[in-house]
Amino acid sequence: MTSALHSPLNACLAILVLWGAIGLAGLLRPTSLRFVARSLFPLSALASLMLAAVAAWSLGVAPERAILAIGLPDLPMHLRRDALSGVFLFLLGAASAGISVFAAGYFRRGHGTSAGLLCLQYHLFLASMGLVMLADDAYAFMVSWETMALSSYFLVTTQHGLPDIRRAGFLYLLIAHVGAIAILLAFGVMQGGSWQFTFDAMRGARLPAPWAAAAFLLALFGFGAKAGLVPLHVWLPEAHPAAPSPVSALMSGVMLKTAVYGALRVTFDLLGQPVWWWGVVALAVGLFTALYGVVFAAAQSDMKRLLAYSSIENIGLIFTAFGLAIVFRGVGMSMLAALALIALLYHSLNHAFMKSLLFLGTGAVLHSTGERSLGRLGGLIHRMPWVAWLTLVGALALAGLPPLNGFVSEWLLLQAFLFAHEVPHTFVNMLLPMAAAVVVLAAALAAYVMVKFFGVIFLGQPREPGLAGAHDAGVLQRLGLAWLAAGCVALGLFPTQIINGLRGVVKQLSGADLPGQTAPWWLLEPIPGRQASYSALGFLLAVTAIVLLTIVGVRLFYHRRVRRADPWDCGFARLDARMQDTAEGFGQPIRHIFGQFFLLRRELPTPFDRAPRYRVLVGDRIWERLYGPLGGLVQRIADRFAWVQQGRIATYLLYSFVTLVALLALVL
Amino acid sequence: MSGVPLTVQLLNFCAALLLLLSFAMLSQRRIVNLVNLLAVQGSALLLATLLLAVRTGQHHLYVSAALTLGLKVILLPWLLHRLIRRLGVYWDAEPLLNISGTMLVGVLIVVFAFGLAQPISQLASTATRNAIGIAVAVVLLSFLMMITRRKAMSQVVGFLSMENGLFFGAMSATYGMPMVVEFGVALDVLVAVLVLGIFFFQIREQFDSLDLHHLESLREEAGGEGRN
Amino acid sequence: MRPIEIITQLLDLAAALVAAPLFVGWINQCRAWLQNRSAPSIWLPYRGIRKLFHKDAVIATRASALFRLAPYIVFGAMVLAAGIIPSMGTRLPVTRIADAIALVGLLATARVFMSLAAMDVGTAFGTLGARREMMVGFLAEPALLMVIFVASLISASTALPAITEHLATQTLGLYPSLAFTAVAFTMVLLAENARIPIDNPATHLELTMIHEALLLEYSARHLALMEWAAALKLFNYACIGFALFIPWGVSTVQGGPLALLASIPVLAAKLIAAGGVLALIETVSAKVRVFRAPEFLATAFLFAVLGLLVHLLLGA
Repeated sequence: MTSALHSPLNACLAILVLWGAIGLAGLLRPTSLRFVARSLFPLSALASLMLAAVAAWSLGVAPERAILAIGLPDLPMHLRRDALSGVFLFLLGAASAGISVFAAGYFRRGHGTSAGLLCLQYHLFLASMGLVMLADDAYAFMVSWETMALSSYFLVTTQHGLPDIRRAGFLYLLIAHVGAIAILLAFGVMQGGSWQFTFDAMRGARLPAPWAAAAFLLALFGFGAKAGLVPLHVWLPEAHPAAPSPVSALMSGVMLKTAVYGALRVTFDLLGQPVWWWGVVALAVGLFTALYGVVFAAAQSDMKRLLAYSSIENIGLIFTAFGLAIVFRGVGMSMLAALALIALLYHSLNHAFMKSLLFLGTGAVLHSTGERSLGRLGGLIHRMPWVAWLTLVGALALAGLPPLNGFVSEWLLLQAFLFAHEVPHTFVNMLLPMAAAVVVLAAALAAYVMVKFFGVIFLGQPREPGLAGAHDAGVLQRLGLAWLAAGCVALGLFPTQIINGLRGVVKQLSGADLPGQTAPWWLLEPIPGRQASYSALGFLLAVTAIVLLTIVGVRLFYHRRVRRADPWDCGFARLDARMQDTAEGFGQPIRHIFGQFFLLRRELPTPFDRAPRYRVLVGDRIWERLYGPLGGLVQRIADRFAWVQQGRIATYLLYSFVTLVALLALVL
Repeated sequence: MSGVPLTVQLLNFCAALLLLLSFAMLSQRRIVNLVNLLAVQGSALLLATLLLAVRTGQHHLYVSAALTLGLKVILLPWLLHRLIRRLGVYWDAEPLLNISGTMLVGVLIVVFAFGLAQPISQLASTATRNAIGIAVAVVLLSFLMMITRRKAMSQVVGFLSMENGLFFGAMSATYGMPMVVEFGVALDVLVAVLVLGIFFFQIREQFDSLDLHHLESLREEAGGEGRN
Repeated sequence: MRPIEIITQLLDLAAALVAAPLFVGWINQCRAWLQNRSAPSIWLPYRGIRKLFHKDAVIATRASALFRLAPYIVFGAMVLAAGIIPSMGTRLPVTRIADAIALVGLLATARVFMSLAAMDVGTAFGTLGARREMMVGFLAEPALLMVIFVASLISASTALPAITEHLATQTLGLYPSLAFTAVAFTMVLLAENARIPIDNPATHLELTMIHEALLLEYSARHLALMEWAAALKLFNYACIGFALFIPWGVSTVQGGPLALLASIPVLAAKLIAAGGVLALIETVSAKVRVFRAPEFLATAFLFAVLGLLVHLLLGA
């Protein structure tokens, strides 16, 4: 036990085991909601907090290893904790603490999986994510990766009675496995003929350039499938709405980041020296994903689908920073690579907090109203003030507005882009600054999406009479939301401190340190002497001071009465809720401007309709262009081999027999 | 910036103006305005030639300047305006690619041209070598304009603008082409416009329109029924 | 912090607060002259704001606290923005807390709060205005960022005072890139400040308005703050333009109190000229349909990108 006190790795493992134990404890009384939700989940949140604390502490401690004799004989699990895993373990702990507290107040008796089983799956999911970040060989990594995929699959299909949800779960499982195969192949390439699958061997292997590129592209594909890079994003908008809200929050806030972790680990750690053009590939995919995600988010009318597409956007931005870092690293501008990596890690942390917060907010709304469609919500700020104001923090953060956290990472990324013209490759140096414009476009569109999201759900008039009975969230739910909102604010206000914490990781990855901070603690000045600085705290104080002065001034000099009356609305008397913009209406400019992206099906009423109906269906062209033909191809191939399927057991046994004989002949 | 002499700064400015005018042409739908823009482009070219002549003191550049003034600023626009009036074509039809799309492609073309020109610029020793990229860009953008337009008139304007780009490129890379070549090209352009003018009348006689998609019916397999 | 810095900062803020409505009045006057109308008094915006402050506020029954808070936040954001932008002197202590990119973020914050407040009451016009405002915002921001990129590439900094300082103190040169971006910036200014050709500040015709639709439900002191904030926004944009494209005449780091004093009439002259130009642009152009706005702002973006490319090619 004393060793646990000195070693963050052991402490982390102890917490993972604790999670496992909590999960199993759920099976003791699987139907007792009170036991599972009110006792186990708060306990689990405490464990999460401990993990976050341990991970934050571990950032300053040298890397350490452990070998656990679990698994196949002669194949022990290699574990290693370094600064990179520390950051992502912190992300896991800090975000899951809020989510678990919220979940304690969220789960009710309902159809589908029993509470105890759900508890087991949930904690298995948490523990496997932690293990992914600690794994130091390909076996351990793949085992925890697959556990993560399977446990989250079961969580997505909690309500497995509904065919739509089963379909969403299947799609998720399919793409997760296509990705996993690519990752496995990437590891296969990276062992470089040594047949040693520990990460240490891969670090030591010197791959020829084409093989290194192949490994990178396979890893990008594999991790991209998990992260939701276009065109592998299709599972996200299906799986997120299907899952219960805390699970969506966990998947979007944390699980997507495991893919970011994997991409970083493979590219900067295992492959060692990335080549600059890999970065161009990642950056192009990332930018397209960002734009694609946010444009689709703006056109959605289901609040969880909207958030899912918004996650795709943020993953796109993260991979843009990833690509930029590789480009800088590849051409030897290591300090700028460090800056881009800071932006990447910062945005990952930010997204974990703000997206979890928003998913939990939608969970609270869903709970209280039973509605997921934006077109049936509205005016909830009066009924659910706690949820509304805390969600507003997340929405503003996601919109990238200062002084909250979303802005900091965006600012850092743009500062890195300002040096992109110095890259010594002819076309790249001219195209990269323009990529910054796409980043800004995506961020500005995110603000559009968030105004739509918050405005349609919480502001205006209730669109359905049933909303009058909506109730605010309970204490535990509020606590979870408040924790995440506080995280958004803290990440926004203290960037210098956070960046100091990230220095070790960045040094490990990029080989260069950021220049030391010369500015005062409240001022963020990443590159000293460049006169580019930002201070969120000063920003907040200045705006607050001016606002307070104005309020006081107005009160002192012009204090007049406030009268409540019907809305003016240009003198229109009979205003009702149906006259507000619907979610579709709010997305209309986007559908008009970015019409090329969408597959639009519109039913327009004729002037002679008795009961005119207007319907618009917004589809994803990727389905039509890529997955449709792909599915057709698979179907055709399957048809061609259909004769194999005879339906007789003996035939199938024969197949197995022939395979066995062939394999034996081949191996022996 | 401080070390660069004023004439070179002005020359760079003219180069930037030429690029801007190419984009203005890409976005313009009125043929009359297109011809006016061509005249302005000619004037910018004239200015650039004069500046270069002053800077280098090469006399043949004054001759090219006079040629530019006579042909590209006065004669050709006048001819084209007359043609427009006689033919009565004032508007181009909707371009094949919408304006925003054309602009986006245009920007990519500029990046491509600038990238291509960087090694050439390093070889050239002239004061205006940086502008070579712009010349290449103007040529390619004019090409893009010819591709995306439907009306024959716009394509002629694109052709002339392309010639301007070539002329500017030659000027900035080697201080102009030999006199004989320059006269030859000028004569070619003039004859081309005259011939095309006659050609337009023929097209219109035949199809009652200057829209070039009618020419598509002149293909082999569709030869017979194309006339009706 | 030296006394001159504090004086510069206070002067900068005071000038913005005082001169912003005057600037609007001046534009309206120029516009009236150009359109052969008899001009309203240049003081009219002040009178309007004063009158509004003296009235009882009427607020819709359904309005939430967000609705009442938004005018203060929008006003506060605009005042802070005015404090960051060097209109007369480059020695502004406040400016360290926000560079040009953060300034764009600040303006976006004001826009988001204004749109949210417009959606709060739940009227048809409010939501319509909110979505149009956000649309113009996301189209204008990339162009604005490219403008800032070009300026900061030239001066190797993203802090506005540093950019101004650099441009104002070096030897005079022709920058084709800055000429391009100046055009782009003017187009962004027109769009962001609800001027013709994107929006008509004088109209209350429901189907065409953007900015006015956002303010429909406001009255009295809240409306006064919103109007003042709008005037400040226009003033701020004009001063960003001055700082980037005609920085001459501001008092630089070397300048003493006299230079600061001398910069006041220079700023006045710039504002008078800019107001005239704005009025001229608004008189000669027609308002475009809302769905031509993307084309307009895409052109602005194109100009800015061309400026960037020309800068990278010519180094100027």
